[in-house]
Amino acid sequence: MWTFIHKWGSPKWFYVMSAKLQPLFWMVSLLLIVTGTVWGLAFAPADYQQGDSFRIIYVHVPAAFLAQSIFVSMALASLVFVVWKIKVADMAAKVMAPLGAVMTFVALFSGAVWGVPTWGTWWMWDARLTSMLILLFLFLGVIALRGAFASRDSGSKAASVLAMVGVINIPIIKYSVDWWFTLHQPATFTLTSRPAMPTEMWLPLLVMVLGFYCFFIALTLMRTRNEILRREINKRWVMDLFQEAR
Amino acid sequence: MAFSSFAAFVAMGGHGPYVWAAWGVTALLMIACVWHARVERRLLIRILARRARREKMRPPQSGKVAPNPFQASQADDT
Repeated sequence: MWTFIHKWGSPKWFYVMSAKLQPLFWMVSLLLIVTGTVWGLAFAPADYQQGDSFRIIYVHVPAAFLAQSIFVSMALASLVFVVWKIKVADMAAKVMAPLGAVMTFVALFSGAVWGVPTWGTWWMWDARLTSMLILLFLFLGVIALRGAFASRDSGSKAASVLAMVGVINIPIIKYSVDWWFTLHQPATFTLTSRPAMPTEMWLPLLVMVLGFYCFFIALTLMRTRNEILRREINKRWVMDLFQEAR
Repeated sequence: MAFSSFAAFVAMGGHGPYVWAAWGVTALLMIACVWHARVERRLLIRILARRARREKMRPPQSGKVAPNPFQASQADDT
């Protein structure tokens, strides 16, 4: 187990091994997202109350899940970096933040667009909506803080600390619908009971959620590889990589 | 199939603009993320290939390596 972690902590090992994993995740993600899109948009039955506007769920929920998972992943990677000084973890944390911000924005935007026909308003200072907006600001804060230092090391440390502290917001988002029940409905999915939705509605949703997670893994691998090249540009193995190529 | 015709599919039971706006923005942003990562990679490879070519032309005993262009601003705080 420890040798496994040490191997993946080496930029060279990560660069070589992730090259093999990356196409797999891209393919699975594309397959799942296309399947989920066609299924959710054209084949799933319309909701008896909301009609076809409920189909927004197939982008809203995966984006919201992913946004929160990205924050937790980023905080874990930051923890690994701070405790064990593993540089690949810091690179991964860095490249996750922009996708996290994008996914949080997608969740907020699709929620607002869904709110117009369903709630009659695109925004309210509801607990769930507000805590998601805070998540967006946390992502932007982590990105900005990293860029605000002249030295990369100080930026990495400051961003790591903010990511680890900001993770407090994740349970707040999760329980916001139970603690302050105002506008947003409670969770559709729980680990302990069957979803309160017919199978032909939640199955495409599950496909979409898995597709979004694979997309996140594939993009993180790809951008961590970019970041490795950028930081290790003077290392012998990177130069050898490009001298062999010609 | 939940719709009787293509026109009904586009209309989404009167909710067309909302549904398509949500899906459109999501698709656009996800594609932009992939595009950005690809451009980033191509740019890095171009820089690395250029450096590799330069290294090859230089006599091997010079031992000096060009500075990392991404660390230009960090030169004075070490």
